[in-house]
Amino acid sequence: MVEHRPLSDFIAYAILTLGILIVAFPVYLALIASTHDAATVVGGHMPATPGSRTLENYYRAIFVGGSRTSREPVAHMLINSFVSAIGIAIGKIFISILSAYAVVYFRFPFRKTAFWIIFITLMLPVEVRIYPTYKVVADLKMLDTYAGLILPLIASATGTLLFRQFFMTVPDELLEASRIDGAGPFRFFWDTLLPLSVTTMAALFVIQFIYGWNQYLWPLLITTQDSMQTIVIGIKKMLVTTDELAEWQLAMATAVLAMLPPVAVVIFMQRLFVRGLVQTEK
Amino acid sequence: MEKATVFNNRLLPYLLLLPQLVITVVFFYWPASQAIWQSFLREDAFGLVSEFVGLENYEALFAQPEYYRSMLTTVIFSTLVAALSLSIALLFATQADKNLKAAGAYKTLMIWPYAVAPAVAGVLWFFMFQPSLGMLARPLRGMGLDWNPLLNSTHAMILVVMASVWKQISYNFLFFLAGLQSIPRSVIEAGAIDGAGPMRRFWTIIFPLLSPTTFFLLVVNVVYVFFDTFGIIDAVTGGGPAGSTTTMVYKVYADGRLGGDLGGSAAQSVVLMVIVIALTAIQFRYVERKVQY
Repeated sequence: MVEHRPLSDFIAYAILTLGILIVAFPVYLALIASTHDAATVVGGHMPATPGSRTLENYYRAIFVGGSRTSREPVAHMLINSFVSAIGIAIGKIFISILSAYAVVYFRFPFRKTAFWIIFITLMLPVEVRIYPTYKVVADLKMLDTYAGLILPLIASATGTLLFRQFFMTVPDELLEASRIDGAGPFRFFWDTLLPLSVTTMAALFVIQFIYGWNQYLWPLLITTQDSMQTIVIGIKKMLVTTDELAEWQLAMATAVLAMLPPVAVVIFMQRLFVRGLVQTEK
Repeated sequence: MEKATVFNNRLLPYLLLLPQLVITVVFFYWPASQAIWQSFLREDAFGLVSEFVGLENYEALFAQPEYYRSMLTTVIFSTLVAALSLSIALLFATQADKNLKAAGAYKTLMIWPYAVAPAVAGVLWFFMFQPSLGMLARPLRGMGLDWNPLLNSTHAMILVVMASVWKQISYNFLFFLAGLQSIPRSVIEAGAIDGAGPMRRFWTIIFPLLSPTTFFLLVVNVVYVFFDTFGIIDAVTGGGPAGSTTTMVYKVYADGRLGGDLGGSAAQSVVLMVIVIALTAIQFRYVERKVQY
């Protein structure tokens, strides 16, 4: 540091502590609400400390589902969310590592064209072309299927650009050495390039898992059966019943469950997360 | 930049590209071209017959007062969210950039909201400010303020902005902190030797050197407000009351819902596409040039 000022450090601690408290407050309230009974929450006089209904609320949310709204139990929604988030992450890594390999390590007619066809997709998120995409998925009979939840969301260029960027930093000598050893494109990819790409793949996985888990508009449109709902749209549907009747304590328990997996990923895989975020600029 | 050594198989590269190209064409180019085509058509109420109407959908769109209103809402909303989340994040990042104990813990505790789904963030904030049961709405009403985001347009907008800012601070914080840490200490020390105090050093040295990060974040934040806040708006207000929180993206969804005005919705999609392409072009142009003094 340039100069050491105890006061300046004190102000920094104060501002940051205040900041993280404000940031955590909405989630704290949700946690508290998920431990009380319905009457306490709706009454508007909810205490700031946990109640005694924790187990009952979470048990009902996970295995039974809200009785008044007769929705799916959350356990099922969690499975749907996991399948689609992991499907999106793996699907994107799979298609983009292959296409980046083709673009970087081969020379062929229309190479630039293929790259641009992929690159342009960066510019248009799914929200812009939502109804035509819905129609395509409906025509392909993919409504209410995992394929319908996953495939339209992996059509984007971020992964390809990321792997392309990484492959460009791999020294040419590695390829020359493999060729001298008699390795073809498959062996070079499998034995040399893939092991080197593990960190990049993991970073992309973390970002895409969070992206997939948090999807809202797309699953909302293409799932018509409750059994295909993801947890994020499940919460919203719990609250669509008129406000007085909505079971807030169950909705909040569901919200906590919906936040847990992606937040855990950010906290426990922070280095991969930051790396992925900075590299994909997502 | 190109690789010097490459493989020279003929068929293999096409096979490697095939999965991504098929998915991109089927789920991206086909629907996007459908949107453009559909914006020139008018369908009858049952979606059975459609007729080519040229620019009529666009004319109808730009004759709608609601469309201008959604543009204005989008501008107000993006300005507020970008300005607030950038300045709050910059304040936190400059504090976290000091040599503090437990800097790592502070960083972790600041970035986790990135992982919260926008729709969930919306539900959490709605819960706090719901007029009859919200923990924070009650004190507001107790003070004599008739707080009701369900009926009052300004209150609804404030609530949506707060939830969106809350969600975006983590992202901006992370990039500002990385930007601050990449500024060479020697430059700041030189300023100190010349007698500049902390505030002067911030405004004349640090802030200008941070401008590439700030500009990048500005564009990212505008794109965030356009698209990723859909879940927040749907969860908190559903575009209301009386359309006061309906942004342009929300209107595309609302107008086409249940097979409503598909031609009009498609025309709006095309207008949005043009705006996003312009934004991206600006981003590439200026980020390449590195905004800096």
